[in-house]
Amino acid sequence: MAGLTMQNVTKAFGNFQAVSDVSLEVKDGEFLAVLGPSGCGKTTMLRIVAGFENVTSGSVRIGNETVLGSGVNVPPERRRVGIVFQNYALWPHMTVAENVGYALKVAKVDRVSRDKRIADALALVDLTGFGDRRPANLSGGQRQRVALARCLVSTPSLVLFDEPLANLDVHLRAAMEDEFARFHERTGTTIVYITHDQAEAMALADRIAVMDHGRLAQIAPPRELYREPANEMVASFISQGIVLPAAVLTAEDAGHARVEVLGQQLVARCRPGERPRGNARLCCRSDDIELVASGGDGIEGTIGRAVYKGGSARVEFSATAAPDLAIHFEQRDPVTVSAGDKVSIRIASGWVIPAEGAAAR
Amino acid sequence: MALTTAGVALIVLLSVLPMLRLAQEIVAPGGQFSTAAITAGLASPATWTATWHSLVVGLGGAALAVAIGTIVALVVTLTDIRGRGAFVLLYVMPLMIAPQVTALAWLQVFGPASPLLKLLGMAPPIGTRNPLYSPEGIILLLGLQYGPLVFLMVRAGLRKLPRELVEAARAGGAGWFTVLRTIVLPLMTPSIVAAAALAFVSCVGNFGIPAFLGIPANYLVLPTLIYQRLAGGGPAVLSDVAFLSVLIGAIAMAGIVAQDLISRRRDYRISTTSLPAEPYPLGRWRVPVQGLLWLFVVIVLALPLTGLILTSLVPGYGIPLGPDTATLANYQFVLFEHSGARRAFFNSFTLSIAAAVFAVFVAVPLGYIVAWGKQWWVRAFNLAVELPYALPGVVLAIAALLMFLRPIPLTGIHIYNTVWIILYAYLARFLVLALRPTVSGFHQVDRALEEAAQIAGAGLFRRLRTVIFPLVAPAAMAGGLLIFMTALSELTVSALLWSSGSETIGVVMFSFEQGGDSAYAAAMSAITVAITFTLMLGANLFAHLLPNGVLPWRD
Repeated sequence: MAGLTMQNVTKAFGNFQAVSDVSLEVKDGEFLAVLGPSGCGKTTMLRIVAGFENVTSGSVRIGNETVLGSGVNVPPERRRVGIVFQNYALWPHMTVAENVGYALKVAKVDRVSRDKRIADALALVDLTGFGDRRPANLSGGQRQRVALARCLVSTPSLVLFDEPLANLDVHLRAAMEDEFARFHERTGTTIVYITHDQAEAMALADRIAVMDHGRLAQIAPPRELYREPANEMVASFISQGIVLPAAVLTAEDAGHARVEVLGQQLVARCRPGERPRGNARLCCRSDDIELVASGGDGIEGTIGRAVYKGGSARVEFSATAAPDLAIHFEQRDPVTVSAGDKVSIRIASGWVIPAEGAAAR
Repeated sequence: MALTTAGVALIVLLSVLPMLRLAQEIVAPGGQFSTAAITAGLASPATWTATWHSLVVGLGGAALAVAIGTIVALVVTLTDIRGRGAFVLLYVMPLMIAPQVTALAWLQVFGPASPLLKLLGMAPPIGTRNPLYSPEGIILLLGLQYGPLVFLMVRAGLRKLPRELVEAARAGGAGWFTVLRTIVLPLMTPSIVAAAALAFVSCVGNFGIPAFLGIPANYLVLPTLIYQRLAGGGPAVLSDVAFLSVLIGAIAMAGIVAQDLISRRRDYRISTTSLPAEPYPLGRWRVPVQGLLWLFVVIVLALPLTGLILTSLVPGYGIPLGPDTATLANYQFVLFEHSGARRAFFNSFTLSIAAAVFAVFVAVPLGYIVAWGKQWWVRAFNLAVELPYALPGVVLAIAALLMFLRPIPLTGIHIYNTVWIILYAYLARFLVLALRPTVSGFHQVDRALEEAAQIAGAGLFRRLRTVIFPLVAPAAMAGGLLIFMTALSELTVSALLWSSGSETIGVVMFSFEQGGDSAYAAAMSAITVAITFTLMLGANLFAHLLPNGVLPWRD
């Protein structure tokens, strides 16, 4: 087992920076999810760690060994990382057992202990007895488990997952998520898990690194990412956060400050040291927004659309003062609003997005 | 419906009928069932010798082609060498040059009269036998001729190799050679086996190389045996040679069937949209490897072509070539003075253009049937189009002779001993060269485009003319170009079908060489090579309009 350290890693393809000045540290045994929209550079990052891409600048360390940087570039076959690919990448000309045992054979492990370790790895992923099958005769979930067993068998110091569930259907996904979580618990392997699926990242990871246009937008535990996004991109990307222009009215006190949003004043959560300023942004969740009973005090506006979701409706709202802001909230049954209604809403709570360049915690 | 009927009728005429006629000649000559032709053929020791020779040069040539083509494909596709496009263009060129031109060119490199060796002062004394007049020489040239064929097929396979399969192995601790041995080569076996089969079929069916190298050494293979018998005996021996041509066809089919059996057991079905593997950085080996590749191109292309051109400038046999002796008289002779050669240029150009134009127009409706047809017989239909080209050229030539020896029934038209029988054979044999790119063009066209025209009320022929033809025309025309280039210096078919007045370039070239006039033959060859190369480069300008892989020489 070993941690992973990336320092100021930049990878440019011509003028395009796929990864731009990324520094992060994955602790030994940690499960880090790298989350971002497609084309944000997350797969390039994984390929840099694995050794399939060189970098323009920066360094990568696995455990205590520098594998990339300052004139060193350890080839992939000597980095001791395991990879699970999105398309499984099982070799079609080998049986399941041959696929799993490939790394051992390359390492010239003797036959007896090789067979034992193959059997152990297959047992770990519940595929005992499948050793003689061909990958073509397995289901998608089984193939993914073979791929998992294959990367475990050589006890890598670090396991990389490249969107491993993207090709599976919804039900299988949930089952495999459990499988990955149990696997991490049992083996304590350091894992870097690339995904574009927020729910998957939240469910599995100790920490999530959000990437945007090749940059690291924020790296934090799931709850912190949700409640205290570091910037607008993370705020709006995670769970479709609502970002509203706000003015901070009072200095921070015990993690809270008074803010004004669309004419309404409220107490919102904020970073220590937050000071009164005019051009602030407030991130709130649909749960933070409630409908005000008619005649009550609130932000006036019009209902754009109410989409019934079963048990509740997702309601889109545009404020009269700022019709272009996208605001949405949930209304539980019974759903009373419909498109075109004039209503008022109240924001109960929110998070003041830290000022650009403010020192991160 | 009318389209389908016309298409089927055409294929019956061009492929099914000649094959049936040939089969009839073997088992029931003159309408009566008889095994006489078979027994007679099997009893002749010449049959067995030629069959054995065919197998030797077929297997030897195919093995050499597979070895060369696979290694070059691996190096060119999987490593980070530079100048790939230019290399592929030059390496694939021999494939576009007629085999007898290759043979002639190589003959000029070695041997006592070689102007190249004379320039270097290394020529063996007059009277020494050219070392290429031997089975080894035939195998060497077949291997060089069809190495690019293997190269193209293996390269196509390698390009479809998903990079994850390679990367998973490297992450598992395998170095590059281990990956090559345990992952890449096993996954490439279907491509390599298919390429080997095709190379084998091409080698056993080849006429030009064994004709130029084997006949002087009296080393006969089946196609050259057929040629000699027919040249000596005329129509009287047609029955005998029909048996021989079926024999060579059967050997070729055996190669295809063997390939089918082997690849059925190794069907990996790599289907992914993944990117190809990252090129392997050769590091400090890159420059030497590039150097070796280019040296190889120089040896297989530049060296024989130089030999060819030098010979074409020699004023007479054995005269040393120098700045003062070099002459263009040979070119003047074949282009303007020798009536047979002049006629041959005219005939070959007309035949090739006619075959190409016909094929382009026919390929579009036929491609429509093959690519979009849902009928159960489409596969068989496609096979029927492939057959006259897949089988050795002598098979089709003999079949055409049998069909047209007598006047066509009901019409009384007699095309035997005219240029028309050659045209018929060209149409039948080369049609598939235009059909294949057209079909891949069809596969790139969204069928909804045609359906939209149909909704708008356009009938089938209007749709073909206004919507489909413009969309697939570039691919079909590229196919027409391939036909033109192949037919222009073609020898296998016309060697058996020509008559006085209907000579082709290949035939006249062959008779010059047989008569010892290598300089004239070289001049004619140099002209066709120049035309071929110009067309290849010219076609590259339009490559962006074409589906990938239609122009084999374009990377």
